[in-house]
Amino acid sequence: MYGKGLRPLSIATVAALVVSLSLVFFYAPLDGDQGFIQKIFYLHVPLAIVALVGIVIGGVFAIAHLRSGDSRWDAYSYVSIHMSVIFGVAVLITGSIWAKASWGHWWVWDEPTLVSFLIVFLMYATYYPFRYAIEDRDQQARYASVFAIVAGAFVPLNFMAVRMAQSLVHPRVFATTNGGLPGSMMLTFLASLLAIGLLWVTLVKFELTAKSASGQLKRLRRALDAPAPGGASRVAPEVS
Amino acid sequence: MLSLLAATPALPLDEAGKYVAGAYVVFLALIVVYVAIMAAKLQRIERELRELATFAEARAGADRAAPAPEEVGADV
Repeated sequence: MYGKGLRPLSIATVAALVVSLSLVFFYAPLDGDQGFIQKIFYLHVPLAIVALVGIVIGGVFAIAHLRSGDSRWDAYSYVSIHMSVIFGVAVLITGSIWAKASWGHWWVWDEPTLVSFLIVFLMYATYYPFRYAIEDRDQQARYASVFAIVAGAFVPLNFMAVRMAQSLVHPRVFATTNGGLPGSMMLTFLASLLAIGLLWVTLVKFELTAKSASGQLKRLRRALDAPAPGGASRVAPEVS
Repeated sequence: MLSLLAATPALPLDEAGKYVAGAYVVFLALIVVYVAIMAAKLQRIERELRELATFAEARAGADRAAPAPEEVGADV
Protein backbone atom coordinates (compact mmCIF):
# COMPACT_ATOMS: atom_id res chain seq x y z
CA MET A 1 0.00 0.00 0.00
CA TYR A 2 2.76 2.46 0.96
CA GLY A 3 4.87 1.49 -2.04
CA LYS A 4 2.34 2.87 -4.52
CA GLY A 5 3.93 5.58 -6.65
CA LEU A 6 7.39 4.99 -5.19
CA ARG A 7 9.00 4.33 -8.57
CA PRO A 8 7.94 7.59 -10.32
CA LEU A 9 8.67 9.49 -7.11
CA SER A 10 12.19 8.04 -6.98
CA ILE A 11 12.79 8.96 -10.64
CA ALA A 12 11.50 12.50 -10.02
CA THR A 13 13.77 12.81 -6.97
CA VAL A 14 16.89 11.72 -8.86
CA ALA A 15 16.01 14.09 -11.73
CA ALA A 16 15.43 16.97 -9.30
CA LEU A 17 18.72 16.29 -7.53
CA VAL A 18 20.63 16.22 -10.81
CA VAL A 19 19.00 19.47 -11.95
CA SER A 20 19.64 21.21 -8.63
CA LEU A 21 23.29 20.11 -8.48
CA SER A 22 23.77 21.28 -12.05
CA LEU A 23 22.29 24.66 -11.14
CA VAL A 24 24.45 24.89 -8.02
CA PHE A 25 27.74 24.24 -9.79
CA PHE A 26 27.14 25.52 -13.33
CA TYR A 27 24.48 28.23 -13.11
CA ALA A 28 24.47 30.01 -9.75
CA PRO A 29 27.04 32.80 -9.62
CA LEU A 30 29.81 32.86 -7.04
CA ASP A 31 28.91 34.81 -3.95
CA GLY A 32 30.76 38.12 -3.75
CA ASP A 33 31.46 37.76 -0.04
CA GLN A 34 32.00 34.05 0.54
CA GLY A 35 33.03 32.87 -2.89
CA PHE A 36 32.90 29.18 -3.73
CA ILE A 37 32.29 28.12 -0.13
CA GLN A 38 28.77 29.58 -0.38
CA LYS A 39 27.82 26.54 -2.51
CA ILE A 40 27.30 24.69 0.80
CA PHE A 41 24.34 27.02 1.38
CA TYR A 42 22.35 25.22 -1.37
CA LEU A 43 22.70 21.96 0.54
CA HIS A 44 22.77 23.02 4.18
CA VAL A 45 19.78 25.40 4.25
CA PRO A 46 17.31 23.18 2.29
CA LEU A 47 18.32 20.25 4.52
CA ALA A 48 17.63 22.34 7.62
CA ILE A 49 14.28 23.61 6.31
CA VAL A 50 13.14 20.14 5.25
CA ALA A 51 14.28 18.59 8.55
CA LEU A 52 12.39 21.18 10.61
CA VAL A 53 9.27 21.03 8.42
CA GLY A 54 9.44 17.22 8.62
CA ILE A 55 9.44 17.43 12.41
CA VAL A 56 6.35 19.66 12.33
CA ILE A 57 4.69 17.26 9.86
CA GLY A 58 5.47 14.44 12.32
CA GLY A 59 3.61 16.45 14.97
CA VAL A 60 0.62 16.93 12.64
CA PHE A 61 0.49 13.16 11.99
CA ALA A 62 0.68 12.62 15.76
CA ILE A 63 -2.40 14.85 16.21
CA ALA A 64 -4.22 12.73 13.59
CA HIS A 65 -3.18 9.61 15.51
CA LEU A 66 -4.46 10.88 18.84
CA ARG A 67 -7.73 12.03 17.25
CA SER A 68 -8.42 8.82 15.31
CA GLY A 69 -6.50 6.15 17.21
CA ASP A 70 -5.41 4.78 13.84
CA SER A 71 -1.91 3.29 14.16
CA ARG A 72 -1.08 4.25 10.57
CA TRP A 73 -0.81 7.90 11.62
CA ASP A 74 1.61 6.87 14.34
CA ALA A 75 3.72 5.10 11.71
CA TYR A 76 3.66 8.25 9.54
CA SER A 77 4.65 10.37 12.53
CA TYR A 78 7.47 8.03 13.57
CA VAL A 79 8.93 7.76 10.07
CA SER A 80 8.67 11.55 9.48
CA ILE A 81 10.58 12.22 12.68
CA HIS A 82 13.07 9.44 11.96
CA MET A 83 13.87 10.86 8.54
CA SER A 84 14.09 14.41 9.90
CA VAL A 85 16.61 13.28 12.52
CA ILE A 86 18.75 11.73 9.76
CA PHE A 87 18.49 14.98 7.81
CA GLY A 88 19.35 16.78 11.05
CA VAL A 89 22.64 14.89 11.25
CA ALA A 90 23.43 16.09 7.72
CA VAL A 91 22.49 19.66 8.70
CA LEU A 92 24.84 19.64 11.69
CA ILE A 93 27.76 18.17 9.74
CA THR A 94 27.39 20.39 6.65
CA GLY A 95 26.85 23.41 8.93
CA SER A 96 30.03 22.62 10.84
CA ILE A 97 32.01 22.31 7.61
CA TRP A 98 30.61 25.65 6.42
CA ALA A 99 31.38 27.26 9.78
CA LYS A 100 34.96 25.99 9.71
CA ALA A 101 35.47 27.34 6.19
CA SER A 102 33.75 30.69 6.83
CA TRP A 103 34.50 31.47 10.45
CA GLY A 104 37.48 29.25 11.14
CA HIS A 105 35.63 27.28 13.82
CA TRP A 106 33.72 24.00 13.60
CA TRP A 107 31.13 25.29 16.08
CA VAL A 108 30.22 28.69 17.52
CA TRP A 109 28.37 28.49 20.81
CA ASP A 110 27.13 32.10 20.88
CA GLU A 111 25.28 31.77 17.58
CA PRO A 112 21.54 31.25 18.34
CA THR A 113 20.69 29.54 15.04
CA LEU A 114 23.29 26.82 15.52
CA VAL A 115 22.60 26.21 19.19
CA SER A 116 18.82 26.21 18.76
CA PHE A 117 19.05 23.64 15.97
CA LEU A 118 21.29 21.51 18.18
CA ILE A 119 18.72 21.74 20.98
CA VAL A 120 15.93 20.60 18.62
CA PHE A 121 18.13 17.79 17.31
CA LEU A 122 19.08 16.57 20.79
CA MET A 123 15.45 16.77 21.88
CA TYR A 124 14.46 14.47 19.01
CA ALA A 125 17.42 12.19 19.72
CA THR A 126 15.59 11.35 22.97
CA TYR A 127 12.47 10.36 20.98
CA TYR A 128 13.82 6.86 20.29
CA PRO A 129 14.74 5.79 23.85
CA PHE A 130 11.56 7.45 25.10
CA ARG A 131 9.43 5.57 22.59
CA TYR A 132 11.07 2.17 22.94
CA ALA A 133 11.21 2.32 26.74
CA ILE A 134 7.46 1.66 26.67
CA GLU A 135 6.57 -1.96 25.98
CA ASP A 136 2.83 -1.71 25.41
CA ARG A 137 2.35 -0.82 21.74
CA ASP A 138 -0.75 1.34 22.17
CA GLN A 139 0.71 3.22 25.10
CA GLN A 140 3.99 3.64 23.21
CA ALA A 141 2.17 5.13 20.22
CA ARG A 142 0.10 7.50 22.41
CA TYR A 143 3.05 8.77 24.45
CA ALA A 144 5.19 9.14 21.31
CA SER A 145 2.38 11.16 19.70
CA VAL A 146 2.19 13.49 22.70
CA PHE A 147 5.98 13.95 22.51
CA ALA A 148 5.82 14.62 18.76
CA ILE A 149 3.10 17.27 19.22
CA VAL A 150 4.77 19.11 22.11
CA ALA A 151 8.23 18.96 20.55
CA GLY A 152 6.82 19.80 17.11
CA ALA A 153 5.19 22.94 18.51
CA PHE A 154 8.56 23.92 19.95
CA VAL A 155 10.11 24.13 16.47
CA PRO A 156 8.22 27.20 15.12
CA LEU A 157 8.46 28.88 18.55
CA ASN A 158 12.17 28.24 18.52
CA PHE A 159 12.45 29.62 14.99
CA MET A 160 10.65 32.83 15.97
CA ALA A 161 12.80 33.23 19.08
CA VAL A 162 15.95 32.92 17.00
CA ARG A 163 14.68 35.47 14.47
CA MET A 164 13.93 37.89 17.28
CA ALA A 165 17.42 37.37 18.72
CA GLN A 166 18.74 39.23 15.62
CA SER A 167 22.12 37.62 15.44
CA LEU A 168 24.60 39.38 13.20
CA VAL A 169 26.75 36.36 12.47
CA HIS A 170 24.42 33.86 10.82
CA PRO A 171 23.46 35.13 7.37
CA ARG A 172 19.85 36.23 6.85
CA VAL A 173 19.58 35.50 3.17
CA PHE A 174 15.81 35.88 2.95
CA ALA A 175 15.73 39.30 4.61
CA THR A 176 13.63 41.92 2.89
CA THR A 177 16.08 44.64 3.84
CA ASN A 178 19.78 44.94 3.00
CA GLY A 179 19.28 42.92 -0.15
CA GLY A 180 18.39 39.27 -0.42
CA LEU A 181 19.28 36.52 -2.81
CA PRO A 182 19.64 37.56 -6.45
CA GLY A 183 17.26 35.86 -8.90
CA SER A 184 19.66 33.18 -10.15
CA MET A 185 20.68 32.24 -6.62
CA MET A 186 17.05 32.16 -5.49
CA LEU A 187 16.11 29.90 -8.42
CA THR A 188 18.98 27.53 -7.55
CA PHE A 189 18.00 27.58 -3.91
CA LEU A 190 14.35 26.77 -4.71
CA ALA A 191 15.43 23.93 -7.02
CA SER A 192 17.61 22.55 -4.22
CA LEU A 193 14.78 22.90 -1.72
CA LEU A 194 12.43 21.02 -4.06
CA ALA A 195 15.02 18.26 -4.63
CA ILE A 196 15.74 17.82 -0.92
CA GLY A 197 12.01 17.93 -0.16
CA LEU A 198 11.36 15.23 -2.76
CA LEU A 199 14.21 13.18 -1.32
CA TRP A 200 12.62 13.40 2.13
CA VAL A 201 9.21 12.32 0.80
CA THR A 202 10.76 9.44 -1.19
CA LEU A 203 12.78 8.17 1.77
CA VAL A 204 9.73 8.45 4.05
CA LYS A 205 7.69 6.38 1.59
CA PHE A 206 10.57 3.93 1.21
CA GLU A 207 10.82 3.49 4.98
CA LEU A 208 7.04 3.14 5.37
CA THR A 209 6.98 0.48 2.64
CA ALA A 210 9.77 -1.49 4.33
CA LYS A 211 8.05 -1.17 7.71
CA SER A 212 4.74 -2.28 6.23
CA ALA A 213 6.39 -5.30 4.55
CA SER A 214 8.08 -6.22 7.82
CA GLY A 215 4.75 -5.92 9.68
CA GLN A 216 2.94 -8.07 7.10
CA LEU A 217 5.69 -10.64 7.41
CA LYS A 218 5.25 -10.80 11.19
CA ARG A 219 1.51 -11.28 10.70
CA LEU A 220 2.15 -14.06 8.24
CA ARG A 221 4.58 -15.79 10.61
CA ARG A 222 2.09 -15.55 13.48
CA ALA A 223 -0.68 -16.96 11.28
CA LEU A 224 1.53 -19.83 10.11
CA ASP A 225 2.78 -20.56 13.61
CA ALA A 226 -0.80 -20.80 14.91
CA PRO A 227 -2.39 -24.25 14.61
CA ALA A 228 -4.77 -23.99 11.65
CA PRO A 229 -8.31 -25.34 12.13
CA GLY A 230 -8.75 -28.63 10.30
CA GLY A 231 -5.03 -28.73 9.53
CA ALA A 232 -5.46 -26.37 6.57
CA SER A 233 -3.01 -23.52 6.04
CA ARG A 234 -4.90 -20.27 6.54
CA VAL A 235 -2.35 -18.05 4.95
CA ALA A 236 -1.39 -20.09 1.92
CA PRO A 237 -3.84 -18.27 -0.41
CA GLU A 238 -2.45 -14.87 0.69
CA VAL A 239 1.11 -15.95 -0.01
CA SER A 240 0.29 -17.12 -3.50
CA MET B 1 32.12 37.66 15.72
CA LEU B 2 31.83 40.50 13.23
CA SER B 3 35.56 41.04 13.42
CA LEU B 4 36.01 37.31 12.85
CA LEU B 5 33.87 37.51 9.72
CA ALA B 6 35.66 40.58 8.50
CA ALA B 7 38.99 38.86 8.95
CA THR B 8 37.95 35.85 6.89
CA PRO B 9 37.44 36.91 3.28
CA ALA B 10 36.34 34.53 0.50
CA LEU B 11 38.56 31.49 0.35
CA PRO B 12 40.48 30.78 -2.84
CA LEU B 13 38.83 28.11 -4.96
CA ASP B 14 41.38 25.37 -4.24
CA GLU B 15 40.98 25.74 -0.47
CA ALA B 16 37.21 26.25 -0.53
CA GLY B 17 36.79 23.31 -2.88
CA LYS B 18 37.73 20.73 -0.28
CA TYR B 19 35.15 22.10 2.18
CA VAL B 20 32.40 22.18 -0.44
CA ALA B 21 33.35 18.69 -1.61
CA GLY B 22 33.41 17.54 2.01
CA ALA B 23 29.89 18.83 2.68
CA TYR B 24 28.43 17.22 -0.45
CA VAL B 25 30.33 13.95 0.12
CA VAL B 26 29.00 13.77 3.70
CA PHE B 27 25.47 14.23 2.39
CA LEU B 28 26.00 11.56 -0.27
CA ALA B 29 27.60 9.20 2.26
CA LEU B 30 24.62 9.56 4.60
CA ILE B 31 22.22 8.71 1.78
CA VAL B 32 24.35 5.73 0.71
CA VAL B 33 24.58 4.42 4.29
CA TYR B 34 20.82 4.81 4.70
CA VAL B 35 20.11 2.99 1.42
CA ALA B 36 22.59 0.23 2.40
CA ILE B 37 20.79 -0.26 5.74
CA MET B 38 17.44 -0.38 3.96
CA ALA B 39 18.85 -2.86 1.43
CA ALA B 40 19.99 -5.11 4.29
CA LYS B 41 16.50 -4.89 5.82
CA LEU B 42 14.88 -5.77 2.50
CA GLN B 43 17.21 -8.73 2.09
CA ARG B 44 16.18 -9.99 5.54
CA ILE B 45 12.49 -9.56 4.65
CA GLU B 46 13.01 -11.41 1.38
CA ARG B 47 14.85 -14.26 3.16
CA GLU B 48 12.13 -14.59 5.81
CA LEU B 49 9.45 -14.48 3.14
CA ARG B 50 11.19 -17.29 1.25
CA GLU B 51 11.37 -19.36 4.45
CA LEU B 52 7.70 -18.77 5.15
CA ALA B 53 6.73 -19.64 1.57
CA THR B 54 8.69 -22.90 1.83
CA PHE B 55 7.07 -23.63 5.20
CA ALA B 56 3.59 -22.86 3.86
CA GLU B 57 4.13 -25.06 0.82
CA ALA B 58 5.39 -27.92 2.98
CA ARG B 59 2.41 -27.51 5.28
CA ALA B 60 -0.04 -27.42 2.36
CA GLY B 61 1.59 -30.58 0.97
CA ALA B 62 1.28 -32.34 4.33
CA ASP B 63 -2.39 -31.29 4.57
CA ARG B 64 -3.09 -32.78 1.15
CA ALA B 65 -1.35 -36.03 2.10
CA ALA B 66 -3.24 -36.37 5.42
CA PRO B 67 -6.92 -37.55 5.43
CA ALA B 68 -9.47 -34.74 5.49
CA PRO B 69 -11.20 -34.10 8.87
CA GLU B 70 -14.63 -35.15 7.49
CA GLU B 71 -13.20 -38.50 6.42
CA VAL B 72 -11.68 -39.06 9.88
CA GLY B 73 -15.03 -38.18 11.49
CA ALA B 74 -16.86 -40.63 9.20
CA ASP B 75 -14.52 -43.44 10.23
CA VAL B 76 -15.27 -42.84 13.91
